[in-house]
Amino acid sequence: MSEPLNRPRFWGSQAASGLALISPTAVFAILLLAAPLAATLVYSVMTDGYLTVIPRFQLCNYIGECHSQLADGTMAPEGYLGAWSDPIVRTLMARSLIVSMLVTAATVLLAYPVAYFVSFNVEASRKPLWLFMITIPFWTSYVIRVFMWNVMISRTGVINSALEGLHIISDPLQMSFTIQAMVITLAHAYAPFAILPIYVALEKIDRSLLEAGQDLGETRFATFLRVTLPLSMTGVIAAVLIVFIPTIGDYVTPNLIGGGKIPMIANMIEKQMLKADNRTLGSAIAVTAMLVVGLVSVVFLLLNRRYLKGQK
Amino acid sequence: MKIPVLRIYTLGYLLFLYCPIVILPIFAFNDSTALAFPLQGFTTQWFHNVWNDAVLAKALKNSLLVAGATAVLSTIFGTLAARANTRYQFKAAAPLMGLIMLPMVLPEIIMAMALLVVLLSVGIPLSLFTIILGHVLVCTPFAVAILTSAFQSLDKSLEEAAYDLGEGPFSTFRLIILPLVMPGIISAMLICFTISLDEFIVANFLGSGEPLLSTFIYGQLRSPKNVPNIMALGTILVGVSVILLALAEFFRRRGLARTGVKDSGGFL
Repeated sequence: MSEPLNRPRFWGSQAASGLALISPTAVFAILLLAAPLAATLVYSVMTDGYLTVIPRFQLCNYIGECHSQLADGTMAPEGYLGAWSDPIVRTLMARSLIVSMLVTAATVLLAYPVAYFVSFNVEASRKPLWLFMITIPFWTSYVIRVFMWNVMISRTGVINSALEGLHIISDPLQMSFTIQAMVITLAHAYAPFAILPIYVALEKIDRSLLEAGQDLGETRFATFLRVTLPLSMTGVIAAVLIVFIPTIGDYVTPNLIGGGKIPMIANMIEKQMLKADNRTLGSAIAVTAMLVVGLVSVVFLLLNRRYLKGQK
Repeated sequence: MKIPVLRIYTLGYLLFLYCPIVILPIFAFNDSTALAFPLQGFTTQWFHNVWNDAVLAKALKNSLLVAGATAVLSTIFGTLAARANTRYQFKAAAPLMGLIMLPMVLPEIIMAMALLVVLLSVGIPLSLFTIILGHVLVCTPFAVAILTSAFQSLDKSLEEAAYDLGEGPFSTFRLIILPLVMPGIISAMLICFTISLDEFIVANFLGSGEPLLSTFIYGQLRSPKNVPNIMALGTILVGVSVILLALAEFFRRRGLARTGVKDSGGFL
């Protein structure tokens, strides 16, 4: 049926109606998201004063030794290095990047077979139930979930005490306060974020393509490699980004699982913003972290651009 | 016989997913402050402690207030954005929707600190209200995602029939569209409520020291003698979350059944 000609035109054109309708949400996002992000960028090139921020342009938060403005207007060296020159920040940044990459790889590789199973091996009527089962653990308190991993793997925790009780081991296994423990915890925390996009991509694959592949004499595995996997790459790419980017910002896991012994870049940001109250340096570290994450994501997208061509 | 490798793997994976949650109730009823085997006998002591904790009661009250306000506001914002994006074609839609959905991928700490910087420099004191602002930002993308699929599954001819029968846009929305997407709206509210109830990072940055459930839990976990209480509290929270989510799922499916669309998956 075509558009009725006598449609009342209260709302004017498509564009005007759409803009009017979206504007409350958009204004909220601009004021409370776009503007604060821009402000962070500005803060990162300002001067740190005691408990305040002085609007005086300098790049020391990134590259140099910082000076602060004293009450009498003179500048005094403040004794901290910028985000790019401080070796501690560099170490934390590199560690965060490595941990995030490991978490992403572990999460996506572990999740792919699950998404594949639900999409290809589960009856259509039971798929929602499976997806529901997969998402439930994700909706329970994040802090408690992370802490429970600590309970399981700590020296006197569930796994060690159970194994000792069963006389399988005599000395407790050292599992907590390690990067592996953090990777497992985070791979657990982000599981649904990886499973769902891959599942959606797999669901979109035309099943007749797979039959065609096998009719033409391909084995199941060859069909998977040549048809299913490339067609599901959009989901894999989405999963990688949706796990990788937020993982950089996690500071609960390093605190609870790493015991504060393996701090990451987000712990540094938290410390600067909340405890040390150096908001200019905190902003500069945050901007740097986002630049690094953004750069890695763009490189990753470019490497995989052939899978994204012609698909939306 | 073929071994169902994938099925076994998936069941193993589900075990991994549920492991931390299954352990919660075990230690919530265990008569020891040490979270280890062998178990020391049955007790409801930790639940009594939880019930009688005045700070926790305050935290719960604050959290319910924040989560309730967040659910309502995010769902209103989500409805407007999802409707605008599915019903109308306009150039600004893509960048604006990109911005609105950005919190889904942005690390929460970045959002939280950016908001903190601006609120403090504008001179808005931190309070439960500032946490609500942050939580609405975090939850709106989820509401948009759920409601977009609700609006997409609407049959446009129903709307046109209403216009042909002489209804205006507002009464059409109220009489035809709203009832059809109502399950989506309820489902979005429940999801936003659950997210807000659990959220820690934004609450920690934008809070004024008023306790919230998540920040209260985080604080308690630092001293071992309080940990069993948290096991009991966690057990209760998991139970409540599962009930809320089952309700959300029920409404979502009923919505799909009402609009006559094939069910294609979960919330996201």
